[in-house]
Amino acid sequence: MTLWQTIILASIAVFALKLLGYLVPPSLVERPVPARIANLLTVALLSALIVVQTVGGGTGIVVDARIPALLVAAALFALRVPFILVVAAAAVVAALIRFWT
Amino acid sequence: MSDPVATERRAAIRASFAVGLAVAAYGISFGALSTASGLDVWQTCFLSLIMFSGGSQFAVIGILASGGAAAGGAAIASGALLGTRNALYALRVAPFIGGPWPKRVLAAHWTIDETTAVSTAQKTLAGQRAGFWFTGVIIYVGWNLTTLIGALIGDLLGDVSQYGLDAAAAAAFLGLLWPRLQQLQPVVVAIGAAAVAAALLPFVPAGIPVLAAAVVAVVVGLTNWWGKRP
Repeated sequence: MTLWQTIILASIAVFALKLLGYLVPPSLVERPVPARIANLLTVALLSALIVVQTVGGGTGIVVDARIPALLVAAALFALRVPFILVVAAAAVVAALIRFWT
Repeated sequence: MSDPVATERRAAIRASFAVGLAVAAYGISFGALSTASGLDVWQTCFLSLIMFSGGSQFAVIGILASGGAAAGGAAIASGALLGTRNALYALRVAPFIGGPWPKRVLAAHWTIDETTAVSTAQKTLAGQRAGFWFTGVIIYVGWNLTTLIGALIGDLLGDVSQYGLDAAAAAAFLGLLWPRLQQLQPVVVAIGAAAVAAALLPFVPAGIPVLAAAVVAVVVGLTNWWGKRP
């Protein structure tokens, strides 16, 4: 699959899901199980993406400057620092560690 | 000026600006990370214009970054799974959107975390509608403009890891996850999903660890372990 095909198909899928909510009867809202699974799916996927993005590499698990950068980001989020500043700080921490090692 | 409908509307519009402007700024990081993941500026802008759902967009570029075009199937599946919550948001906002179908289709396109949060927080119908549409237009315009700026910056930067943009991507996912960890159940799911992803990472193709982690959410969601009893 080319990058364009991936991007277009994924975009159609995400839009179709949004539209689906306008087409099905609203009685589904009252059901707690689908709502709970959808919320937890978001949590599970984001958490897995953090792992892959932090220790993923060509072959298996790679430990490098991304781990301290993520720890700094976690501390800053805990201090309620705005999103964009935290993302920038994580990049700076990783870049500095790579520069000095 | 004591008209209660106008007052509600103004309160909703204020909330729209507060949320919308803050969120639109994320677009810079998305644009920069997307071009760093191997997408060009057009592909990056296409995602923000057409997909328009931050979590799904970050997931797609994250998986394409690790697996390249070969991971396309996993990228689509992850983006769609992260987009399932938009369907539930749509169920909640659809009753007060109303109107003809073209309007509802546009509303569907703008049904995301922020428009749902602002609109459902309002008490009156006028406030809910104002909150939805103002938040939608501010975020749609802002997110796409900042995506373009970020993509152009990312394009200029070139080599990614040198600048720590890979670490920035991890921090961006953490920022999306953070507000969802208010209760025990999501925290348990986050830890379980991270463990599954880490365990599989050395052995399976790119994108699969993320999809496998979704199973944790389905199991805990069905059983309601660690959840509140109704």
